[in-house]
Amino acid sequence: MSPTNGLTIAVPRGALFKGTLDRLDGLGVDTSEVRANDRKLLFADVGLITMRPSDVPTYVAAGAADLGITGKDVLMEHADSASPGLGREVYELLDLGFGRCVMVLATTAGPDPAAEALRRLGVMRVATKYPRIALGHFERTGRQADIVEVKGSVELAPLTGLVDAIVDLTATGTTLRENNLVIREEICVCTARLIANPVAHKLKAAAIDEVLERLRAQ
Amino acid sequence: MNPRPAGGEAGSGSRRSSPSTVPPVIHPIPSGTRDVLPDEMRELRQITESLRGVFDEAGYGEVYTPALEYESVLARGDMDEARPAYRVFDEAGEVLVLRSDMTVPIARVVATRYAHAEPPLRFCYFAHSYRGVRPQRGQPREFLQAGIELIGAPAPHGTAEVLSVICGALDALGLESYRVGLGDAGLYPSLLDGFGVTGESRARLLAELTRGDFVGLETELRGLELADEEIDLMLRVPQMRGGPGVLEVTPGPVADVVAGLQGVHALLERSVADRVIFDLGLSLRSLGYYTGAIFEIYDPAVGMPIGAGGRYDDLLGRFGASQPAVGFALAVDRLHLALAGEERTTQPAAGAPVSAP
Repeated sequence: MSPTNGLTIAVPRGALFKGTLDRLDGLGVDTSEVRANDRKLLFADVGLITMRPSDVPTYVAAGAADLGITGKDVLMEHADSASPGLGREVYELLDLGFGRCVMVLATTAGPDPAAEALRRLGVMRVATKYPRIALGHFERTGRQADIVEVKGSVELAPLTGLVDAIVDLTATGTTLRENNLVIREEICVCTARLIANPVAHKLKAAAIDEVLERLRAQ
Repeated sequence: MNPRPAGGEAGSGSRRSSPSTVPPVIHPIPSGTRDVLPDEMRELRQITESLRGVFDEAGYGEVYTPALEYESVLARGDMDEARPAYRVFDEAGEVLVLRSDMTVPIARVVATRYAHAEPPLRFCYFAHSYRGVRPQRGQPREFLQAGIELIGAPAPHGTAEVLSVICGALDALGLESYRVGLGDAGLYPSLLDGFGVTGESRARLLAELTRGDFVGLETELRGLELADEEIDLMLRVPQMRGGPGVLEVTPGPVADVVAGLQGVHALLERSVADRVIFDLGLSLRSLGYYTGAIFEIYDPAVGMPIGAGGRYDDLLGRFGASQPAVGFALAVDRLHLALAGEERTTQPAAGAPVSAP
């Protein structure tokens, strides 16, 4: 049996890539080719497929991969809603602990422009790549916000007057500081998670549990 | 997004004689709905005819109910999760909804039309239901379900009968690798009761379980004042799934529930029992009215369950006709995917072999 028990695992490229491959090394998976080749996406002989972190839940939910590793931020943004009628999308099995980041509300330094907007205009404009997480946060805290979804450097938005605040993920806060932004609120801590396809979780229970135990023991 | 019929090969209907250089005029339909053309329809018909044969053989009479119902009537069923997504006002200002499943309408029919009938009652249906969708997720707004409802047959016999009919139906279709996940909606609640977990934390734990978030479940459990071994147990039990051996580990609080599952297992024929995966963590989020045994049907070729069902012993009571009941629904489109995935085409349904129920 292969180190992954014949399972297909979705591996996120990007910030969680190295941590994920280190954990897979720990399982005995030969990740040398994955590390060496950043154009190839499918590594069938070792049961790995690589993709953007935000695509991992999509592949796992559809059963194209049995297991996947991605950030909690991605899972929260992907939404935990069931497909109509039947079942949930993915199981979240294990907090792998690495890739720790904080989802924060940040504004330009000095007087808080978001609080000022809320006070005078009754609503604050917030740029984010995570509209669902941001909306949920403002709903839970009873504030009105106009969410502006951006795809790239969120830090630009408050500096240009596009918005009053941003909701974004930060590991060290360096990028925020370099753009003269300060953290006003911490929304949640996000780490890498192991997720499973619900059907694979039943039909390949022994294989998944065994991998899960070895990852837990690392 | 609308695929153009290549070269007018849209099926066996009449052809327009326009030159192939003229692009077709695309008239859109709502996302999550679709047209079914003859090639697909023939295959879907084979599936539904085969299922109908099995249901009929087992004594389940087909019913049809209106797609539109009064919201005030359907709301008697628990619509928390299966809340109808489409509402209109009628000429008298009543709110009409498009049904989101068939179980609640059939409960209404039983209460209204079969108040004095001798149980058990057996019904089957082939009908579309409607749910709201989130954009760009390929979710259907309208989907065809094939299912049965067995009214007035308590556990474990009623449950075992329905499981046998499911397997008979899927066998008749020629589906080979399907499995039936069998759990109990009351299992984790019993465990929580046993450890005195109540109120908000209980609701949060059940929500984490239903969401399939075992990390969240552990976080919530660690926040409670429980002994480590109790937490371990409450984490381990819902992840237990597999053969009947799973049922041998019975912590006190869930002994009754597990005994109930064993009771069902004891009644199953070997061929059915072999399909069953006992799943102590099974928790269906989609419908809030399940009370006892619940099941999901899996096929390795499809990444999501192809059917689901369970006992709903309280639902009829909400319509004033209290009776135990159990049923299931198969998602016909997903069955089709599973069959295609297993690279089998169904044989003509006429005289299709029906395995003994």
